[in-house]
Amino acid sequence: MAEGDVSKYRMVVIGGSAGSLDSILKIVAAVQEAVDVAFVVVVHRGKSGDSILTDLLSSQTKLVVKEVEDKELILPGTIYIAPPDYHLLLENEYTFSLDASEKVHYSRPSIDVTFESAALVYGPALVGVLLSGANADGAVGLKNIADAGGFTIAQQPATAEVGYMPQQAINLTKVSVILEGEDIGIFLKTLLK
Amino acid sequence: MENSVKDEELDLLLDELFRSYGYDFTNYARASLKRRVSRLMIIDRFPSFAELLYRVRQDPAYLTRMVEELTVNVTEMFRDPQVFKTIREEVLPILATHPFIRIWHAGCATGEEVYSMAILLDEANLLHKSLLYATDLNPTAIENIRKGVFPISEMKQYSENYILSGGKHDFSKYYTAKYNWAKFDDRLKAKMIVATHNLVSDRSFNEFVLIFCRNVLIYFDKYLQDNVLTLFDDSLEKLGFLVLGSKENLRFSPIARKFKQLENRERIWRKVM
Repeated sequence: MAEGDVSKYRMVVIGGSAGSLDSILKIVAAVQEAVDVAFVVVVHRGKSGDSILTDLLSSQTKLVVKEVEDKELILPGTIYIAPPDYHLLLENEYTFSLDASEKVHYSRPSIDVTFESAALVYGPALVGVLLSGANADGAVGLKNIADAGGFTIAQQPATAEVGYMPQQAINLTKVSVILEGEDIGIFLKTLLK
Repeated sequence: MENSVKDEELDLLLDELFRSYGYDFTNYARASLKRRVSRLMIIDRFPSFAELLYRVRQDPAYLTRMVEELTVNVTEMFRDPQVFKTIREEVLPILATHPFIRIWHAGCATGEEVYSMAILLDEANLLHKSLLYATDLNPTAIENIRKGVFPISEMKQYSENYILSGGKHDFSKYYTAKYNWAKFDDRLKAKMIVATHNLVSDRSFNEFVLIFCRNVLIYFDKYLQDNVLTLFDDSLEKLGFLVLGSKENLRFSPIARKFKQLENRERIWRKVM
């Protein structure tokens, strides 16, 4: 831990489904000083290629918000959104890739797929956040992040709009910390300093 | 994740597939390939990577299955309906002026997109003077195009896509339902030429006025993407159209300067020089 005051974390992956939007908006608002970190948001949503989610997130932060294109470079200080109807993978620390293969947990994008891929690439330099949702997606992925030495955050199921998803992760692995949805942003802000 | 395939292991497998069978996956995007191999190990219950490699070496018959599972064959009819709407409204009126319409669906997997296009051509009264070349590297997948049979469970979704693409008919008029399958009209198939073609190793084989290659380039690395795009450029007549997947782009590719994207920003480019 002799890294001075530079955070060891270089990427934060955030997964959410039903009832997660509020927390996501609070998180992106809170972390806008974290210009050395890349953020990835994976949420379950419809297929349509509209830009509502990108616009909403952009309105809350100074950081660049964009939907990932195939083979896009991973840059710090940017919030990347997994595009609808594709799984989002990481080739290495510098490049995303997309994959249109079978749905996982009835979902494409699947949170598990991105979490596992990011854990393989970033190991202990990764933070995983799993939010409200009615689906088991993300639990295995969060465990992958923990097993690879990364930091894991689950939203408090009792007060989440839909507690099922974070609860699945808590049952499966020892998460680093369980937080109220509205506190995750502030916590990340400190963690990433 | 303890089951996930390591880089060195993937290299061994790719090397084997190339040396023994001539399939070159070396410039495929690795993150996706690793997932496919890990998935295959689970489905076919290989206790270790070594067992998988041994099977590939010893059992040529297993190769077909391997290739089938390493490549992604997920597709649907009228996927991204807006693209097909644009083709109906902006591309077909131009193609209509041609005496003959040659189309290539490159990497078309089980052929849903080829049937979608045949329906569009039929509705524009152009099918009689069209030929649709349907190719994929996976022999099992394209066999399905010859059959023209798709799961009935998908028809509700396809029918919705068809309507969103500007279709005016009852979609069910194009198929006959039989048990769990929808058998599509043989009239559509009559204009299709089905063949195996490997975008990595095979050359251009004709000149086309329209090429589809959607959600195939995402499985390739940048180097291979550029090679394949050059192959498309070589296979496309001047003023022809190239259709890519909704997150694929010509930008930063060597052929970009020769192509112009349609005004509505759908992933359709016209070869202007």
